[in-house]
Formats: sequence, structure tokens, C-alpha cells
Amino acid sequence: MNVQTPPQKLQAKDYVTDQEVRWCPGCGDYAILKAVQRTLVELQVPREKTVFVSGIGCAARFPYYMETYGFHTIHGRASAIATGVKLANPELDVWVVGGDGDTLSIGGNHTLHLLRRNVDVQLLLFNNEIYGLTKGQYSPTSRPGTRSPSTPYGSVDNPINAAQFALGAGARFVARSSDILQKHLPEVLKRAHAHRGASLVEILQNCIVYNDGAFSHFTDKGVQADMQVHVEHGQPLIFGNNSDKGLRFTADGLGLEVVKIGEGGVAKEEIAVHDEKNRTLAFLLAQMQPPSFPVAMGVLYNDPAAPYDALVWAQAETAKKKNGEPDLAKLLRRGHTWTVA
Amino acid sequence: MADSAAVDERGAGGRRELDSAVVRFAGDSGDGMQLTGSQFTLTAALAGNDLATFPDFPAEIRAPVGTTFGVSAFQINFGARTIKTSGDLLDVLVAMNPAALITNVADLKPGGICIVDTGAFNERNLVKAGYKANPLEDGSLTEKVRLVKIDMSRLTLEAVKPFGLSQKEALRSKNMWALGLVYWMYGRDRQATVKWLEGRFKGKDDILGANVAALNAGHAFGETAEMPAEMSTFTVPAAPIAPGLYRTVTGTDAMAFGLVAGTRLAGLRMCFCSYPITPASSLLHALAPLKEYDVLTFQAEDEIAAVAAAIGASYTGSLGITSSSGPGVALKGEAIGLAVAVELPLIIVNAQRAGPSTGMPTKTEQSDLYQAVYGRNGDAPVCVLAVSSPSDGFDVGMEAVRIATKYMTPVIVLTDGYLVNAAEPWRLPDVTKLAPIDVRFRTEAEGFHPFLRDQATLARPWVKPGTPDLIHRIGGLEKSYDTGHISYMPANHQRMTDARVNKILGIANDIPEQAVDNGSEGGRLAVVGWGSTYGPISRAVDNMRRAGKDVSHIHLRHIWPLPRNLGALLGSYDKVLVPEMNKGQLLTLLRAEYLVAAEGLNKVNGKPFLIIEIEAAIARLLGE
Repeated sequence: MNVQTPPQKLQAKDYVTDQEVRWCPGCGDYAILKAVQRTLVELQVPREKTVFVSGIGCAARFPYYMETYGFHTIHGRASAIATGVKLANPELDVWVVGGDGDTLSIGGNHTLHLLRRNVDVQLLLFNNEIYGLTKGQYSPTSRPGTRSPSTPYGSVDNPINAAQFALGAGARFVARSSDILQKHLPEVLKRAHAHRGASLVEILQNCIVYNDGAFSHFTDKGVQADMQVHVEHGQPLIFGNNSDKGLRFTADGLGLEVVKIGEGGVAKEEIAVHDEKNRTLAFLLAQMQPPSFPVAMGVLYNDPAAPYDALVWAQAETAKKKNGEPDLAKLLRRGHTWTVA
Repeated sequence: MADSAAVDERGAGGRRELDSAVVRFAGDSGDGMQLTGSQFTLTAALAGNDLATFPDFPAEIRAPVGTTFGVSAFQINFGARTIKTSGDLLDVLVAMNPAALITNVADLKPGGICIVDTGAFNERNLVKAGYKANPLEDGSLTEKVRLVKIDMSRLTLEAVKPFGLSQKEALRSKNMWALGLVYWMYGRDRQATVKWLEGRFKGKDDILGANVAALNAGHAFGETAEMPAEMSTFTVPAAPIAPGLYRTVTGTDAMAFGLVAGTRLAGLRMCFCSYPITPASSLLHALAPLKEYDVLTFQAEDEIAAVAAAIGASYTGSLGITSSSGPGVALKGEAIGLAVAVELPLIIVNAQRAGPSTGMPTKTEQSDLYQAVYGRNGDAPVCVLAVSSPSDGFDVGMEAVRIATKYMTPVIVLTDGYLVNAAEPWRLPDVTKLAPIDVRFRTEAEGFHPFLRDQATLARPWVKPGTPDLIHRIGGLEKSYDTGHISYMPANHQRMTDARVNKILGIANDIPEQAVDNGSEGGRLAVVGWGSTYGPISRAVDNMRRAGKDVSHIHLRHIWPLPRNLGALLGSYDKVLVPEMNKGQLLTLLRAEYLVAAEGLNKVNGKPFLIIEIEAAIARLLGE
């Protein structure tokens, strides 16, 4: 029988596994899981061609809840394993999921190299600025002064900014969203998926147990509009409750400043326009922090280049054409041989 | 009972005929001693000799000129009989400077020939080497060795004058002059080296001309010049070698060929992921060009990423292979444990070097056996194989592919710094007759779960992501034996741990019983070895048996699991001797497994065993 039945349209439930989700009640990871499942429904990605790879941490439980292929690996190494997956089979659609400790501390080196190589995967960095699974120690993204079991007097070291790190590593796609931005997040994920090459999406995620409210000063309903700027390619960088605030290049052109449109004669035309291909602008947006600046959300940078896995395979194909058919007997005879009669 | 001996004083053309000879070229690391040695090797092979080589070079790429730690040496033992080691003591030492002389002359046999370049014995070089007086002048050497003093530097400069090179460039042909002279000593043909030089210096006519001229000048010097009385000429006839097509292979070449052959027999793509480390990097170099053989190589950012990417590749249905040396394998430990837990095939090639820590990167040792067999957290058994000679890498490479894929397990292959660089002649196998390796990917959905076990092998099914209807998740958390889902149930962990252990132990039923390499089953003494000690043990046992001693040689390829008959076999001897280039690692394993009262012979000076060292230990245990 060769009758082709039209493929059933996949529903959100089709991406849900039979495994009981074991995150703490109220964890931001639930919302991210829903957003990812919704995104895959919208994209109608074939489940069997999709692989979720994770390291260790709360976020790294993610693959068990996705009805796709999944590999829950070891702490920090998800990006390295995903590189092997993608190298060996570039046809697979690979998502890497990790927390801030997994991705920026123990696995920081692999994150750097995944991004600079531009391996064609989506890297979802759930940043909650704390270690959850090991019970509340501060993380490399924790703000100075963070009190935790390992820093009872407050942390004194400087945190890393994930988006800046990614840009510095040479990432070609850097975006930011949040667990509570349920409309925004799937849109960003779709953009990340469409990008060929490594796509870093930093997802600010609330840890209800160990770091509750870490982002509330810019994610709470009342302050969201004033404390977040949602960037869109080709659109002016305007934000605020009344859409009356904007970001303008400083007089020396080397920075951004917050201005109020109409105040002090500031014209709307003076507001900087987002350009996804401008890496310098992306750096400026990535580093903005409350209270003096809003937090930039959306696709900060998107300037695709050929992915590593595609280049490796293209090179192999060229070499195969040049070298001809494989011949084991010939291979062993390379160089000097002699016959003993 | 040395490894080389004159058998006949009358040779062709007045040359003394030798059964075998050991020659070492030693000079500054910039003097081209490795090239010189490999050319001599090729020519000896083409002359029909059996041979074994030992390249010994410094860790520094270009150590300061003239220093003892910058000395690079290449030793070859070639003969008219089967050659099993690179030789104990030297018949001929070529020393290109004082540092090469002071670091090597002690290895020369009494009365051996020592050829030195007097042009390099200036005040500065003597001081750098640590000589208080010129050893060529003070008579300190002539009592022990036959000293042949030749100003090779000056003679090289004269020979290459027509090519108009700078003095520095001209002197770089000095190694070819020395090679020409040694070729003359052994009546060797220069043609293969000339041809090789033509290839190497294609388009650089002046350099090519200078090298060929130096080679010819060294040869002609021997033929025509009034040679010192100390100099002799020899002939080493062809060895009785089995008919066939031959080449020389290094341990690295053979391992690369074995892994390529294995993956092709299994119908798999090889995904070789590695991070450069001495002395393992040459395997990455050997495999990187072989793209038409479905070999994909990846130079990772570190050792952990290398093994992790290999695991990722195996997960997709390619065969992930990684290679390193001890320090790098230490870093890979956690990931190897993951491969044990998720039961994916993986090959880890460890080119062992002298440790601990950075140790002596270019010097050989066999001290990673514990690491291979035991070196992971949790009960995480893997299969461990050991290579015993350069060409043995071909068979061991294929065996690693077979076991890794059949049992869905990591396989650690132990080779070492000596084996990867050493070379020997290799009779090429008929590749059409290699045993196929049967690999099946599961596509059948009925009754599937990811840790469903094959009843015979206990291996789980291998499923490529992309396979419809078999979507599943795997990970390092403990899984239910019955469903493959995460499980922390106590009884289940016991059952899964037992299954993983029994799966590996079961490999013992799928490998040959341990054979006695030389000697008899049962007797007064068994010498049990593994890895690159094969050569010296083999020769020592052979020599002792010829002298009427009751001693047998057993050499292990399968380190874990051990061959199923090994315990009984060892029990059939009065005594067991285990020579190892470590402090007794196989010894501990054998004692632990079989409660056998084995004794160790342990050496960790960065150099392979001498035959006489093993002979002495055998004699001691036999009470003689």
C-alpha cells in the first residue's frame, strides 16, 4: 500500500510527553516550556527531526518534557554534545537548553566556541541569576551583593552579561526575552529558529524559590512599559507607558541616552532606529540596565553567516569529488610499498 | 644474549655479514635526525630487512641549539631475522654535536662505532653539553668505543658549494652527508632517498641539489677516502619474511587504518573529535585528510568538548571517536561515564605518556591502565584494549569498532608514546577478507523502549534521531530497566548497575581465549605483558627458551574484560612475572582478579624495556 495520508497538523499536546513535570510550582520554566511548545506548533516542525540537548540544572530537565528526541547530558557540555550531533547530522533541528550556571559558568567555554563557530543550533539560556538545583548559591549572572548560602555576606564578584558575552564571542544572532512575555517569547523563538547558524536567546526566568522577583523591577506589570524597550528592526527605539521615551545616540555617537520625546525639543526623528545588523548598536542595547536604562528585549543582533556544520560538509564534499571513490586497499598502499616474493 | 650479533666474518665484497644491527642518529632537534632515521628505515625495508624503530625527541619544538635537552635521536634495529625491538645497545652511534654524544654514548655497546662531526665540537658546544674537556681529544672514549672523527660540517660545506647557499642553509644538508656515510657502511642503495628528496624539495632546485650532493658526498667519502681503521663495512642480508606486499607503518598509521577499516566494515561514518596533545595528535593529523572515507574530523576547543562531540555524533548514528593522552583522558572521564550511562558506542584512544600531570610528554609509559579500567565515578565499566606493536593498531582499531557498536559501550584503546611513533614493516592485509561488522539501527516501533536489552549481548538498541515513531529521551540519570524512563527506585539501580557490569563482562565470551604467545601452557614461569612491551618480552623469552629455560610469554590485548581462560592459564605456572612500564598496574589487576602471586618488573624511565633487563628478571625468578 502506497497511499499517502496527508500529515496530521501537529497540536500543542503532540509536543507534550507523558512525563510529570517536576519544576517547583510557579517556576518560570513552565511558561517557557509552553512558549516553546507553542512555537513548535506554529512552525509545525517534525518531532522526529527535532533534538533537544541539555546539560545539568533545573532548565536542563527540559528535554524530558518535549515529545521530540532529547538528550539530557552532563553539566556544561550540552553545547559540545550538540556540536557533535549537528556535525554528524546537519539535517536535525537542534535546540540546546541550559541555565546561567550551565551555559556561562561550567560550560562557558563551550558556549563561546559554539557561538564563534556558528553551529546551526538554537541555544536557549534560561537566566534566573541563581543556582536552583544545588539549592540557591549565587551564579555568574547574580548581581553584586547577592546573599546566598555560599555568599552569606553578599557576592563581591562582577556578573557576566549573557548577551554581551554572546556578541563578544562572535554570535550572529542574539536575542532576549522573558518567561512572562508570553506573546513576545514565541516570536523571538521563531526568529531564532529561522536564523541559520548559532542563535542565542537569553530568557530571563524567575526562580520562585531562590531568587523570586529578581527581575520584577522591570517585568512587573506596572513598570514593564517604562523599563523595557522592545526592539524591532527598522523601528525607532521608543518605549514608555505613553510611547514617549526613546533612545538617542549621545553627541559623541559612542553611547545611547534616554530622552523624552517632545521634552527639551527632542524630535521623534532623533530617536535611534534599530538595525539588527549593527553589532555596535547591539552591544549598546545589550548592556542597558535599570534604573537608568530600560532592558532591551527582542532580537538585538541578527546578521547571518554560513554555519560551521554546513561549511564542514561542503568542504568534505569538495574533497570527496577531488579524491574520488574511497578505496581501502589503495589507502593502505599509499607511500612506499615493496613486494617480498 | 644481545639482540644483534655477527654471524659471519666473510661477507660479500669484504663486508662483514651481520644478523642484525642497531644504529642511532643523534643530533640537535634542528639537525633533521628524525628525517634521517626514517629514510634509513625506508631503505632498510626496501633491502628486505625486518626492522623496528624508536624515535626519541625532545618536548621543545626548537630547544636552544647545542643543549642536551634539545637532542633528538632516532634508533633503528634492522636484521636478517625477525626483529622485535628497536634494540638494546647500539652498534653505531652517529653524534652530530657534543650534546648528542654526551646523552647517547653510554648506550653504545663496548667496541661499538661512534661517528662524530668534529666540526660541531667547538668550545661553546662543549660547554653547553657540559664537557669540561674535549672528549674527542682526551682519550676518554677510545678505551670503550671505536671513535670515528670526521669534520662532516666542513665536508658538507665543500660538497654543496656549487649551489650557492648561505652557510646556515648549506649546513642543513649535514644530516644527508651522515646518512650517505652510513648507507656506505651497510652497502645501501641511495635511490629511494634521492627520490624522496626530489619530492620534498620540488621546485627548490638549489636545496634539492645540495641535499643530494651531501648524500652522495658522504657515501663517496666512505668509498674513496682513507677511512680510519676504526671503521668497518657490513652487510645485513634480507630477512626471511613471509611473501606479500609490504609497507612500513607507525603505530599512528596502523591505528588510523584500523579505525577507518572498522567503520567502513560497519557501514558507519566516523566522527573523530580530538584536541591536540602530545603524543596523540598525530592520529588527528592522519585522519583529517581522509574525507572520502566518510571520516569527519573535529578539532574541539578542549578535551571535554572533544569527547562530548564524539558522544553527540554517536547519538546520531555515526561512530564517535576521540583520542588523547593521559591528562586529556582524565578530563574526559565524566563524559565517558555519560556514554556508559546512556550506553552509546564511543572509542577513546589513549596514547599514554610518562606522568603524573604533564610529566614527560614525549616519553613513553604504560601508566594509564588503572585510569582506563577504573578511572570513573560510579560503577562505570568500559571495555579496554591494548595495542602491542605498531602494526597491531590495525587489528585493535577494528576490534574497538566491533565491540563498541555491538555492545553499545565506550571502548578505551591503550597505545603509548613509543608505539605511535615507532615503525615496522607491515604485510598489507587483503581488505576484501576482513570480517564484516554487523551494525543494525532499530526502526521497529513495536515494543520499543530505549533501554530494552538484547538478551545475548545485553546491549540496548541504537536509534538514530530522525527515525519516526521511536522518539525518546536519554540522559545520565538512572533509568528504569523496564521503561527507560528516569527512575530512582533502589532495586532498579541495582538491576541497571548489574546489567551494565554484566554487559561488559559478557564481552569475555565474544573474544578469543588467551593464547600463549611463545612457550607452553603450564610450566615454571609465565611472563605476562600488555602493550608495547611485546617486543622486548618476546625476544627475551625467546632467547631464554633457546637457552633451555622453562618460560612462556603471554601477551594481553583484552585488558577488560580479561580473557575468560586467563585465570586458569596463569594458575598453570609456578610463577608469574609481569613486566610493565609503570609501578605495577596490570599486576594489581591480575592479583585482584585471580589471587595469583604474580611479581612485577617495573620501569618508568621514559624508555622501553631492554631485552637484557627482562632476561635478568626471568633468570632471577627461575632461581639462576
